[in-house]
Amino acid sequence: MRHKSLAEFGVAVELAEPHAPVVLFDKVCLAFDEKVILQDVTFDVRAGHTKIFLGASGAGKSTILKLMLGLLKPDSGTIWVLGHRVDQLTETQMMGVRHHMGMVFQEGALFDSFTVGENVGYKLYEETTLPLAEVRQRVEEVLGFVGLGEHIDKQPSELSGGQRRRVAIARAMAAKPTLLLYDEPTTGLDPITSLTIDAEIIKLRDLEAVTSVIVTHQLRDAFYVATHAASREGVGEAEIVKAADSKLSEADFVMLKDGSVHFEGSADELRRSTDPYMQTFLS
Amino acid sequence: MRGARQASAIRWLKRSLLEVQEYTRLCMAAMQGTVSRPFYARDVMEQIEVIGLGSLTVVVLTGFFTGAVLALQSGMTLDQFGARPFVGRLISASMIKELGPVLTALMLAGRVGSGIAAELGSMMVTEQISALRALGTDPIRKLVVPRVLAGFIMCPILTVVANAVGLAGGWLIALTQLRVPSGVYWTSVVEGLYIQDVWMGLIKPFFLGFVIVTIGCHVGLRTSGGTQGVGRSTTNAVVAASVVVLIVDFFLSRLLISILF
Repeated sequence: MRHKSLAEFGVAVELAEPHAPVVLFDKVCLAFDEKVILQDVTFDVRAGHTKIFLGASGAGKSTILKLMLGLLKPDSGTIWVLGHRVDQLTETQMMGVRHHMGMVFQEGALFDSFTVGENVGYKLYEETTLPLAEVRQRVEEVLGFVGLGEHIDKQPSELSGGQRRRVAIARAMAAKPTLLLYDEPTTGLDPITSLTIDAEIIKLRDLEAVTSVIVTHQLRDAFYVATHAASREGVGEAEIVKAADSKLSEADFVMLKDGSVHFEGSADELRRSTDPYMQTFLS
Repeated sequence: MRGARQASAIRWLKRSLLEVQEYTRLCMAAMQGTVSRPFYARDVMEQIEVIGLGSLTVVVLTGFFTGAVLALQSGMTLDQFGARPFVGRLISASMIKELGPVLTALMLAGRVGSGIAAELGSMMVTEQISALRALGTDPIRKLVVPRVLAGFIMCPILTVVANAVGLAGGWLIALTQLRVPSGVYWTSVVEGLYIQDVWMGLIKPFFLGFVIVTIGCHVGLRTSGGTQGVGRSTTNAVVAASVVVLIVDFFLSRLLISILF
């Protein structure tokens, strides 16, 4: 079933509304010269939910994230993000929308001339008027959240691949975004480090109420994020546990094939799919 | 066969026009960025240090040896007319009007243009530019504007330094090799200069500095294709900036001659 689009609502969505769609793609098409990247892509992402995009390399997964961020513009179709029609916004107008978004890039994309602390606090240092002491406090807080508090003064080149990804997550969450986009957050990492990253994604979603859009082809990580939840009692360490049934329905999978949506459904529906392409992908 | 050649020519023409269009847009955005907020003053100061102070050694060496070799070569020619005492006049006119601005600009094209293209190119291929945009920062304002301002400000200053050192280099050779007394040399330097020459030597570097930095930024920001692409961009930036410096210098000289003289 296709959800009612924000365009059809005719007004900017109230983000406080429970499970309001924070992202909506409506018949989005994009091509570079002759090559079709996305063809009639339609989906939505509800507030506090997780949307996981799967697909082979070149299927258009990362392009979807770039369209959400306004780094690319579609050839046709409409894109609503956080109540704004981003396909029509100028770069300057987009800056306001991006203020509420965070993105974790595939290789981290950390600024190599800055320290870990400067990377994490970049947005707060440069784009806000927060006093330096408060910025430093927030940087320490988010680095503590991803377990890298002691690395604040190091250069990104001194960190391992997994640590760099966690710094990228810390940087993306530092300004308290409501929507976080992850581009292949665990690709190229060993299984144990991948689980650490997965745990950070789950913690952010469940403890900080951040809507998550994840692009990956690591099925194990995708299912782990979809089927687990984070809980914390008091001020103790957060615990990752199996998600309750009600929580399972908040994670959706979208399978892209040749730039089109081939499948959309829950983790359980994905596992039970008898479609030959899905079977090949899952095997 | 002919059709394929035509199609290829049309593709090349389209690509060239696109480059010109994108370069013009970058220049306009950079100029707009200098007069509107947000303005990253700390980055401007950083770039003034990198572009200005960082290039001082190479500019001083270039200026000094250019002035020295000019004195050496022109001394021999002037001897044929018994005009050796006028060596200062020749050096001041050549250095201040033409060689100072152009050689400084060429040195900056090599050192600064390549550095900017490599730095921004690396940031492009490692998605740091996309990350900047995702974090709500306009890369033009954060990266291009500070470099353009630094190039615009520092190129004339470095040119003045190159001119001064060039005249000093010429004086050293005139004194030690050509046996021209210091007083004669410096009087000749001053007599050989007209205020129009000084204006020309001071106006040109503003444009040349702008051109070098904007080309470096433009080429850097259009980098693709990984580390190979960064290498390609660096080479392209130096070649394009050097050629454009000479072309702009010619047309600017032509224009300034018609205005000033």
